[in-house]
Amino acid sequence: MSQRQVLQVFEQYQKARTQFVQMVAELATRPQNIETLQNAGVMSLLRPLLLDVVPTIQQTAALALGRLANYNGDLAEAVVKGDILPQLVYSLAEQNRFYKKAAAFVLRAVGKHSPQLAQAIVDCGALDTLVICLEDFDPGVKEAAAWALGYIARHNAELSQAVVDAGAVPLLVLCIQEPEIALKRIAASALSDISKHSPELAQTVVDVGAIAHLAQMILNPDSKLKRQVLSALSQIAKHSVDLAEMVVEAEIFPVVLTCLKDKDDYVKKNASTLIREIAKHTPELSQLIVNTGGVAAVTDCIGSCKGNIRLPGIMMLGYVAAHSENLAMAVIVSKAVPQLSVCLSEEPEDHIKAAAAWALGQIGRHTPEHARAVAVTNTLPVLLSLYMSTESSEDLQTKSKKAIKSILQKCTYLPALEPFLYDAPPNILKHVVGQFSKVLPHDSKARRLFVTSGGLKKVQEIKAGPGSLLQEYINSINSCYPEEIVRYYSPGYSDALLQRVDSYQPLAN
Amino acid sequence: MATLARLQARSTFLAHQYYFRNSAVDVFRKKEYDAAVKIQSWFRGCRIRAYLRYLHRVATVIQKCWRGYLGRQHYQLIVKLEFCTMKMNLYNAMAVRIQKRWRGYRIRKYCFNYFYLKEYLKAVSETNDAIRYCYQGFAILDELCDHTAWRLKRKNTTLFPVYSMLNTSSHQMCGFSMPGNLRHQEALEEFAEMKEREEKKADLEREEKKRDYQARKMHYLLSTKQIPGIYNSPFRKDPDPWELRLQKAKPLISQRPKVKQKRGVNISNRLACTSARSLPQSEILPPIDRKQCQGPFRDITEVLEQRYKPLEPTLWMAEPINELKMAREELRKQEWMRNINDNMFLPFSSYHKNKKYIPLMHSSSKYGPNSYGSQHFRDENPKKWICDKDFQTVLPSFDLFSKYGKLYSKAGQII
Repeated sequence: MSQRQVLQVFEQYQKARTQFVQMVAELATRPQNIETLQNAGVMSLLRPLLLDVVPTIQQTAALALGRLANYNGDLAEAVVKGDILPQLVYSLAEQNRFYKKAAAFVLRAVGKHSPQLAQAIVDCGALDTLVICLEDFDPGVKEAAAWALGYIARHNAELSQAVVDAGAVPLLVLCIQEPEIALKRIAASALSDISKHSPELAQTVVDVGAIAHLAQMILNPDSKLKRQVLSALSQIAKHSVDLAEMVVEAEIFPVVLTCLKDKDDYVKKNASTLIREIAKHTPELSQLIVNTGGVAAVTDCIGSCKGNIRLPGIMMLGYVAAHSENLAMAVIVSKAVPQLSVCLSEEPEDHIKAAAAWALGQIGRHTPEHARAVAVTNTLPVLLSLYMSTESSEDLQTKSKKAIKSILQKCTYLPALEPFLYDAPPNILKHVVGQFSKVLPHDSKARRLFVTSGGLKKVQEIKAGPGSLLQEYINSINSCYPEEIVRYYSPGYSDALLQRVDSYQPLAN
Repeated sequence: MATLARLQARSTFLAHQYYFRNSAVDVFRKKEYDAAVKIQSWFRGCRIRAYLRYLHRVATVIQKCWRGYLGRQHYQLIVKLEFCTMKMNLYNAMAVRIQKRWRGYRIRKYCFNYFYLKEYLKAVSETNDAIRYCYQGFAILDELCDHTAWRLKRKNTTLFPVYSMLNTSSHQMCGFSMPGNLRHQEALEEFAEMKEREEKKADLEREEKKRDYQARKMHYLLSTKQIPGIYNSPFRKDPDPWELRLQKAKPLISQRPKVKQKRGVNISNRLACTSARSLPQSEILPPIDRKQCQGPFRDITEVLEQRYKPLEPTLWMAEPINELKMAREELRKQEWMRNINDNMFLPFSSYHKNKKYIPLMHSSSKYGPNSYGSQHFRDENPKKWICDKDFQTVLPSFDLFSKYGKLYSKAGQII
C-alpha cells in the first residue's frame, strides 16, 4: 500500500460527498422530487455535511437545505427540529461570503412560512449575526441577509420589533443607498415589511431617514425596485397623519404620479396605494394631491388597467371625495365619475364593484350639483340593478344601497330620477318620491313634464300604507296639482265616472 | 225720749220693713244686676270695638302706605328689568343682523367664494390637463406646469382657512411647496427625458425586429459555398452587412396556403354545447380540412355532428325540479319590487276591453256540456267502473319524433 493509494481513498470519499451534495441541491430545485428526497431522509444526511471540512460541500449542503426548506412549511419545520439552525448561525459569522449567502438563504427559506418558524430563528440568535452580515463588504451577502430579515419581520409586530431591536434598520437604510439594484430592492422590501405593522415601527424607520432615500428612487427606471419603494412609502404613510406628512414632505408629489403611467401593473398598483394612504388622512393632504393633479393621474390609471390594480385608485377617489364638497367637486372636474361608472359596470369582481359604488356614493352625497354629476353618467340604474341582483354579494348590496340613498337624497335632476319610479323597490322609492315632492312645488315646468311623462299616473298607482312617509310624500305631490288631474290619474276613476253617468237623471224629463 | 221710745218701738217695724223691702228688692236684684252687667258690657264692648276699629283703620292706613311703597319699589324694578331685556333684545337682533352680514360676507369671501371655487376648479382641471398631457410623453411641461402650479400655490393657503387656522401643519405644507417647485420641475423633466429615452430605445428595438424579419424573409439570398449571394459581391472587399444578418437569421418557413373550407352545413352553431363541462368545445376539434378518407365512410361533417351534438334532454329533464317554487319566488319578488296598487288603473281609451266576461247561459248551467270525450273517456254508467278514481292521462315522449333526422338511421324519414 503506497501513500498514493491511501490518499486516493480519501479523495474518492470527498468526491463522492461533493457529488452527493450537488446532486441533492440540483434535485431539490424540482418540486416533484421533494417528497422522495424527504422520504429518503435527506435532512439527516445533509446535517453532518454542514460541518464538513470542505467549504464547497458546506455551501452546497446549505443551498440544498435552503431549497428544501423553501418548498413547504413541514420541511422548514424539519430543519428547525433537526437543530440545524444553531450550526448555521454559528457558522454564519465565521465562514466565507458564499457560505454566508447560502446560510442566509436557509434562514430566509425557513422563516418565510410561519410566525412560529420565524420566532424559532429569532430564538437561535440569528438576528444579530444577520445584522452583522448587513455590514459585510459583499453586496450578495447583504442582499441575502436583508432578505432574511425582511421575511422574518413580515409576520407580525413582535418579530418586526425584534428585528428593529437588533439594529437592522439603519443598516437597511444604508443598503438602500448602495449602487446594486437587487440589494436596493430587497432592502426597500424589508423596510416595507418592518414598517407595515405599527406606527411605532414606521416611526423608527422614519427616524433613520429612510424616506428621503426612498423618495429619491421613485424615478428609478427599474420597475421592481419602484414597486418595493412605493410599497415601503405607502406602508409608512398609512399609519398616521404625521407620518403621511413626512412622506409628502419628501417631495414625492408630482413625481409619484409618473409611476401611475408605468408599464408595470404592480408599480401602478403600489403608486395608487401610496396616494390612497396619503389621501385618506386629512382634507389638506387630499387637497395637496388634488392640486398636483393626482386625481387626474389616478383616473387615467384606473382607465388603463383592469381588476385588482384598479382597486386602490378607486378607493383613493372615494377618500378624496369624502373629505369635503370642494374636493368632491375637484374629483368630478377631473372626470373621475365616468371612469368609476365604467368600473362599476365592467368589473367582474364584486369587491371592486363595491368599492366603485362606495366611491360614487361619496362623490354624490354632498350637494345637488354633485348628485347631478353622478346621475348624468347613468350610474344610478346600474347601482340599482346591482342592489337588486341576487348574484351580488351582501357587501356589494349594502354598499350600492347606501350609495343610491345618499345620491338620491341630494339629487334634484328629475330625468335621472324618473326611471326609478317604475322599477325601484319601496325602500328606495320612498327617497325618489321624496325628491319629487321637494322639487315639484317650486318648478312649474317640471310639474308639467311630470304629468306628460306619466310620472303622476305612476305615483297614483303606488301602494302606500296610510300615514307612512311615502304616503305623505305622495300627498304633497298631489297637492301641487289640481284635483281633477289627480283624480283622473287615480286608479278606478273610470269606473266611478261611468257610475255617475249611469245614475245621472237628465233634467229635461 | 219718746221719740227714742217711738223709734225703738218702730225699730222692729223698721227692721221688718227693712227686711221686707230688702227681700222684695232681692227678688229683682239679680235681674237688675244682670241687666246692668249687660248694659255695661254692651257699652264697653262698643267702646272697645270702636277703639279696635280705630286701631284697625290706622293699621290699614299704615300697611297701605307701606305696601304701596314696597309695590312701587318692586314695580320700578320690574320696569327696569323689562326695559333692560327689551334693550338687550333689540341689541341682539341688531347684532344678529350685523353678524349675519359679516359672516355671510366672510364665508363668501374666504370659504365658499363661488368665483374663487370656480377659478380653483379651473386651475385644477388645467393641472390635470397638464399632467395628462405631459405623461403622454409629448413634450416639455415647463410653462404648463409653471403657471398652474403658481396659481395653485396661491390657492393652497386659502381654500381651507378654517383648517389652516386650526392646525399649522397645512401651513407647513404650503410653506415647503415654494422651494419644492423647482425641484418638482426638475424631476418631471428628468422623467420626460427618461420617457423619451425609453421611447427611442423601443423605436430602435422595433426597427431591429423589422429588419430581422426582413432578413428572415430574404434568407434565400444568402450566399452558398458555390454561388455568392447578391449581398456578397466577389468584387467587393468585404460583404455587405446584410450578408452577416442573413447568416444569423433563421429562414422563414413558408406557411401552407390555407385550404378553403367548404362546408355545406355550418356546424359551428350545432357544436355549441349547452354545458361547458359535459362535452368538448369546438376549438379542440380535429382539423376539418382533412382529405376525404377512402372507403365506404360517411361524410366527416356528419360524423362530427353526431359525435359532438349537444345534449338534448327531454322536456321533463330540461326543467328544474323545483320550478314551481322558483317561479313563485320570482313572482313574489317582482310584486315587492313593483309595489302597485291592487285596483287597476283603467284608462278610458280602452274601456271596452276591461269589461267582465259574461259566460253563456248554456255553458254556465249545471246541465252543461258533457265532459265525456273532452276530459275523460269513462263509461257513463258508474256501475261498470272498476275503481272510483279517474284515469290519469300519461303521455310518454315520442322518441321517434325527437330524434328524427338526428341519427344515422333513415328509418323515420319519409321520402
